[in-house]
Amino acid sequence: MTDRNAMETAPILKITDLRKSFGSIHALRGVDFELRRGEIHALAGENGAGKSTLMNIIDGILKPDSGEILFDGQPVEITSPAMAQKLGVGFVHQEIALCPDVTVAENIFMAATNMSKRFLMDYAALERKAGEILRQLGDVNPAALVRDLPISQQQLVEIAKALTLDCRVLILDEPTAALTDREAQTLFAIMRRLAAQGISIIYISHRMAEIFDNCDRVSVFRDGQYIVTRNVSETTPSEIVNSMVGRVLDNLYPDKQREEDRSEEVILSVRDLTERSLFRNISFDLKAGEILGFAGLIGAGRSEIAKGICHLEGETTGEIHLNGRRLDLKDYQDSIAEGIVYLSEDRKGSGIFLEMSIAANISAISLDQVSRGGIINERREAQFAERAGRSLNLKYGHTANAVSTLSGGNQQKVALAKLLSVNPRVIFLDEPTRGVDVGAKAEIHAILRQLAREGVGVLVISSELPELIGVCDRVLVISEGEISGEVTGDAMTEENIMHLASISQPRMEAV
Amino acid sequence: MAEGAMAGMQGQGAAPREPADYMKRLFKMRETGLILIILALFIAMSFASPYFLTWVNMRAMAMAFAVEGIVVVGMTILLISGGIDLSVGSVTALAMVIAGLLFLNGVDPWTASAISILCCAGIGAFMGFFVTKVGLHHFIVSLAVMVIARGACLLGTGGRPLGLYTLPPEFKFVGQGAVGVIPIVIIIFVVVVLAFDFMLRKTTAFRKVFYTGSNEKAAAYSGIRTKRVIFLTTTLCSTLCGVAGIIYMARFGSAQPTFGIGMELNVIAAAVIGGASLSGGSGTIFGAILGAILLSVVSSSLALLDVSVYWQDIIRGSILLAAVSIDHYLNKRRGR
Repeated sequence: MTDRNAMETAPILKITDLRKSFGSIHALRGVDFELRRGEIHALAGENGAGKSTLMNIIDGILKPDSGEILFDGQPVEITSPAMAQKLGVGFVHQEIALCPDVTVAENIFMAATNMSKRFLMDYAALERKAGEILRQLGDVNPAALVRDLPISQQQLVEIAKALTLDCRVLILDEPTAALTDREAQTLFAIMRRLAAQGISIIYISHRMAEIFDNCDRVSVFRDGQYIVTRNVSETTPSEIVNSMVGRVLDNLYPDKQREEDRSEEVILSVRDLTERSLFRNISFDLKAGEILGFAGLIGAGRSEIAKGICHLEGETTGEIHLNGRRLDLKDYQDSIAEGIVYLSEDRKGSGIFLEMSIAANISAISLDQVSRGGIINERREAQFAERAGRSLNLKYGHTANAVSTLSGGNQQKVALAKLLSVNPRVIFLDEPTRGVDVGAKAEIHAILRQLAREGVGVLVISSELPELIGVCDRVLVISEGEISGEVTGDAMTEENIMHLASISQPRMEAV
Repeated sequence: MAEGAMAGMQGQGAAPREPADYMKRLFKMRETGLILIILALFIAMSFASPYFLTWVNMRAMAMAFAVEGIVVVGMTILLISGGIDLSVGSVTALAMVIAGLLFLNGVDPWTASAISILCCAGIGAFMGFFVTKVGLHHFIVSLAVMVIARGACLLGTGGRPLGLYTLPPEFKFVGQGAVGVIPIVIIIFVVVVLAFDFMLRKTTAFRKVFYTGSNEKAAAYSGIRTKRVIFLTTTLCSTLCGVAGIIYMARFGSAQPTFGIGMELNVIAAAVIGGASLSGGSGTIFGAILGAILLSVVSSSLALLDVSVYWQDIIRGSILLAAVSIDHYLNKRRGR
């Protein structure tokens, strides 16, 4: 840390007046950016603010229309990712792009091999080097197959891959989206160690807490424009959020349950729900008017329990009661018919039909409402979608446009509108705001509160503890497939939840 | 003729009520493009060969793609659901062989045809079982069935065509007759196309085919029984092969065990030129039929111009590659 001042003489990367447009859309309108040596520099901005475009230009994936890039004081034109690698730019993308059937070591070498001028592979040398790199990152076995690793370790492999290139600038795009809190902490420690070695890190995240706990500076972008760069120690999260959205957000989270909404009426009651290998003895009541949360580490079984109740996955035993009536569900179709629906955590994978129209997406689950005798009434379908869009404040051009034309937040609203179109009685929301920008996030939270007030049973699963604490009235903590505790009111703190989440369950004998 | 009917349909599909209708405009662009290419070929050929624009040639061309067009319909729907079927040629031949053998053994030809079509449906269900229950890929299953069905054809006939000279005239009428000047084959084809085009665009049942092909998991998460959808589209495709086989039999008055070799390529090419995606989720009957018409016009033109048959294959393959590349390029630009 002591030589950091000396190294700060010239920035490693300096960008001036960078412009880029796609057709009529101006993605970057004259952006400035400066990255110092050995600093962790956060980029903040809503989706579409231009962060990704800027990073893709630095990584050589996109070419700018105009502007200047100085790398290590030299003007450069980065024409390809290979060239970016040669300069020493490592980019860890949000989506993990590893070869799942190949060992960790070979994955790490992939980029390095591509850079090597040698004809034959020098496995011994590369393996030694991989071992060294992995040791400083954490406990990852270089001989393991990537498909066998948890997401968090795969993320480390991605970082190791970038480091094999002797990178001087490391770009991390939302690396914690799929990590649990503890795994994220490990990653932050690694980031600080790399920064201390003089590597400059660009850190993209929507999570203010992470930025303020781990970064040195933060730059804010909005609508393709550079807004401001601040030292983290001299600003506040709300100041940054306000400059991201360009207006003052009074409240990140909606109001909690009001006293008059408090009710003892149980909507959904689950008793001793067990799935042989995924979860055991799950019993809880979801009451009218409340938002219930499921917290827990990744792999604890939160999503599996929700899917088990909806009969989407797994063979469950146990009882499910809806408004006091015992249900006998056989599959998800039965569950939908009873008004119990599930919003998937994997929006693109199983939440929406990316290439299909907004209208077709919204009516996918409720075709009977827009058809008669099996014939779809397209006008009614469009009106149906417009109505749903209005009630969720969906921003779209036309209901016949493909969902892929929407931003992440609006795509999520479409997925939500689809489920709400059946007027559900209970809705499970798995990571409802993953990859959604701050503005849309607040809107989705407000929708959830509104649903709860209208008497819909709302259950939220989230890996983001501030979200659970901010949105839910009561949180059940899941650990290793069992409910390890419940927190409510002032006891809903990150510490309490993390404590309960890491309780080890006595292993049940295999049946 | 058939084309006029198609153009009418398109007007219906691109209802001008919603001008900003992006998806439909996209399809419309592709389809207008295809129509323009076909028209250009027509004009060029009418100058190049005096024989081209004659009623006899038009009729022969229409007959050439009409029966195959029924298979194209089944293939397009299967492609939309995310599947593919390489066995269409063999199954079409097998339909002829089964019906032919039954007829030669004294079964009434109509009953024989019904049994044969049911057998083809059974073959489709058999493939659907392997795809949805065993979990194999359509490609592999239909590749195996392609070989098995062809083997069955040869086994049943000893490799020689079955002459069905005693077929009653009212049965042959299906393949050879005409109402006024319009051949029955064309009428059947147009009815099948119109019916399935309507169903694909308008019915909830076929909308589920699009959902399943677009994103099978999201479809399952929307309460759609995706395996059932895939099973049914696979069965439907083979069933339509059966129908096509019977029409061929009525037309030729024989059952040919080696009929339809390479048909799958033509059929898949037509669907893809018409906008069906091999990864599922998109495609139209109208587009696919235009693709079939284009391929048929090209074949007929090349034959009229005395181009060697060897060259014809090369040209047909190049057209497929060019059409799909242009489409992909345009799509990418539109996507930006």
